Amino acid sequence: MEHNLLADAVTYLFAAVVSVPIAKRLGLGSVLGYLVAGVLIGPFVLSLVSDPKDVMHFAEFGVVMMLFLIGLELKPSLLWRLRVPILGSGGLQVFLSSLFIGAIGLFFGLPWQQALAIGMILSLSSTAIALQSLQEKGQMKSTAGQSSFAVLLFQDIAVIPMLAILPLLVASDSLGLPVDAEGLHGWKKGLVAGGIIAAIVLGGRFLMNPIFSFIAKSQLREVFTATALLLVISVALAMQSIGLSPALGTFLAGVVLAESDYRHELESNIEPFKGLLLGLFFITVGASIDFNILSANPYLIVFMTLGLIIIKYLILQFIGRFTPMAKADRFTFAFVLSQAGEFAFVLFAFALGINLLPQELISKLTLVVALSMLLTPLMLIMNDKYVQPRFRNQTAQPEADAISEENKVIIIGFGRFGQAVGRLLAANKITTTILDHDASQIDMVRRYGYKVYFGEGERHELLHAAGADEAEVIVVAVDEPERSLRIIKTIQTHFPHVKILARAINRPHATELLKAGVTAIERETLAGGLELGAKVMQQLGWRYNNAWRASRLFKKHDEDMVQQMVDQMTSSKADEKLFINQSLAARDLIRKTLEEDQHWEHEVDEHAWERPGTFKKGTQTKETFTKDAPSLSKIVDEPTKKGTRSKSQATTETDDLDDSRSKNKHQMD
Amino acid sequence: MQPVLLILTHPNLQQSKVNRHLIQQAKSLDFVTIHDLCEVYPDGIIDIESEQRLLAKYDNIVFQHPFYWYSAPSLLKEWFDLVLQYNYAYGPNGNELKGKNWLSVITTGGGQMAYCETGHNRFTMAQLLTPFDQTAHLCQMNFLTPFIIHGTRKLFEDKSRLIQTSQSYVDALTKLSLGAEPKAEPEKEKEKEVHHNPENHPANKEA
Repeated sequence: MEHNLLADAVTYLFAAVVSVPIAKRLGLGSVLGYLVAGVLIGPFVLSLVSDPKDVMHFAEFGVVMMLFLIGLELKPSLLWRLRVPILGSGGLQVFLSSLFIGAIGLFFGLPWQQALAIGMILSLSSTAIALQSLQEKGQMKSTAGQSSFAVLLFQDIAVIPMLAILPLLVASDSLGLPVDAEGLHGWKKGLVAGGIIAAIVLGGRFLMNPIFSFIAKSQLREVFTATALLLVISVALAMQSIGLSPALGTFLAGVVLAESDYRHELESNIEPFKGLLLGLFFITVGASIDFNILSANPYLIVFMTLGLIIIKYLILQFIGRFTPMAKADRFTFAFVLSQAGEFAFVLFAFALGINLLPQELISKLTLVVALSMLLTPLMLIMNDKYVQPRFRNQTAQPEADAISEENKVIIIGFGRFGQAVGRLLAANKITTTILDHDASQIDMVRRYGYKVYFGEGERHELLHAAGADEAEVIVVAVDEPERSLRIIKTIQTHFPHVKILARAINRPHATELLKAGVTAIERETLAGGLELGAKVMQQLGWRYNNAWRASRLFKKHDEDMVQQMVDQMTSSKADEKLFINQSLAARDLIRKTLEEDQHWEHEVDEHAWERPGTFKKGTQTKETFTKDAPSLSKIVDEPTKKGTRSKSQATTETDDLDDSRSKNKHQMD
Repeated sequence: MQPVLLILTHPNLQQSKVNRHLIQQAKSLDFVTIHDLCEVYPDGIIDIESEQRLLAKYDNIVFQHPFYWYSAPSLLKEWFDLVLQYNYAYGPNGNELKGKNWLSVITTGGGQMAYCETGHNRFTMAQLLTPFDQTAHLCQMNFLTPFIIHGTRKLFEDKSRLIQTSQSYVDALTKLSLGAEPKAEPEKEKEKEVHHNPENHPANKEA
């Protein structure tokens, strides 16, 4: 069979496209879908791909990107708050697991160096599987999720000393060759590493914002994506060159950039790459499962796999007792981390290279690692189905907020209108996440202490990154009707639970918004225009309270009319034409509005301080007057009588009509 | 069961545990429709026509509000001023509300002992509520024995009294819906008697 790049790509993508949706449908989660797809296309079933190992090496970069994204969500202050679980739970987990697994190795007659190496390597869990599963279940921010993450982070750090210790184990072994500490001396290496980490921190803090700002102003989305990828890959490369974990490096870069204004945009740009590469990685893990070894020693492999999982599980349960986690969370925590991870592949290869472990043992252990990864999604399903329901009642009340600091309100578009909304909320201590696509606007507003992020808002990945999953309200305050409607469509498709409150640019836009079914709208100029109108009436001698009331009632009348238009449009098929020809619809709307205003009645009564401000249709108004007119006996004194006002007084306040007309002019052309 | 319209006016409902609790109870009764004036008219600009349309649908109207300065909160007063219009609620052609039941549900911060001739409020609740009584009378409505909850400041902590109060609140609404309250004229006279006699005042039976 001939394999070229495109053919392989088709195989992998096809496998993913077919198996993942099916797995999701069956409630098995995407990870298992990918793994099974890998098994199917692997050399032992369909044999569609030749050497998955090469691809796996490439796909491991997905893990690197994943840690970058996780870093983006963790501000340094949050990371600092996690220091106890990272060092405590993480340290204890790696230490105890290495010890126990190593002890078992000793028991089966391995030399202590090999036993210790295996213990250390297998103590690591799979960041990819654990975090992907947690994210898919929306548990990243739960207590169990945070604790698992802390342990995984420690493991990523622990890889570095492990890479240093493994060669020492060979050196002290009588059989091994003395290992030449590769190239640089220890302290020099430390210096370079320190320098590179400092460069990442300082560069991220002071250099990246201006650079992103410069690139964002070019308005080319793909260049921004390229910049984001360039950043992640260069950081990974720099770390690799000094022998440190690239995942850790990009995680650090992510943390530094977590406070950047471009955080959400970065997230949404890297996210698809991460997803694809991670999926590819899972497929290759599935494809690399060597069924020859399994069928050769089925009992041994099954025993080793189950043994590994059980030991790690028990140790994690034990550690869970020392954390403030609820019992239910401890189960999730222990299940999600009980497999061996992708670092094991790397470290086994390394151990083979320095002659620490024999090839035969490594191929068995690699199989065990892959199988344990394959079993994890199954254990998590078991956890969800049988273990967690037992704790439902007990866990109902506390529901710790964890360290989620996503805001309940997202404002998209921070121009004059969005700013007014944001300022009111800020003044009342309601914090908001703000998205705007105008880079220069961001710079300006940011100077006043607002947290504004660069982004377009039509892309659901960006909304997701901005916390739309947890938000209660999204304010769409952009100033272009088409864009506003596109954004709303995206929100309604991907985040149906969120309430949308929208700025309506003009009357046609208002009807479109209401048709789309948003929670509430406010027209951008109506309220202001009517308030000024009330002041005009005051200058003409009206009492301000009467003028104000007139203006407010007029607004209600106007809003009712827009609603009526919408109802008509949606109910009758005869008006379908209006949808097709937007400009005609807009013109018709203006005509109807002016016509309706002719019949607006608002009179002062002798008996109360106001007659109802009713809006009569057609010519019925006269009737209503004559009904009351003859029998005017004074009961309550009317303090201010402005005399009878003619209907025409109220007819001129058609606020945004001019606006809508001018905006629709080019539509008509 | 007849439907009941509960017109709630509480400018600071967020802070009133007792009223929130009671409204929660009322919400669970399917014959009660709650019309929250402060929520509908945050700017106090009352839509007279829509209010009158709403009133037309109900024969039993409950006005629930705290007792501010021996009267209703200003928004409810504004509502009276605007909605109860000449030739609608009163006047030669004003018969729209004729025969409907009016039940005031009022919460007071002070204890019931304050509301008597020797207490520091100097008047009984019945005396202080005469403007409401007369408003109902002019509108040809039946002013039913008001349901008064005294001492709300301490009520929420006193669980047994709270349970008892909310039970009798639900009973009062249910009774209203069942039409158990007397509507006929002679009965009404008797009712008024009760009002003017502090010892028999239903408010004193509370708590």
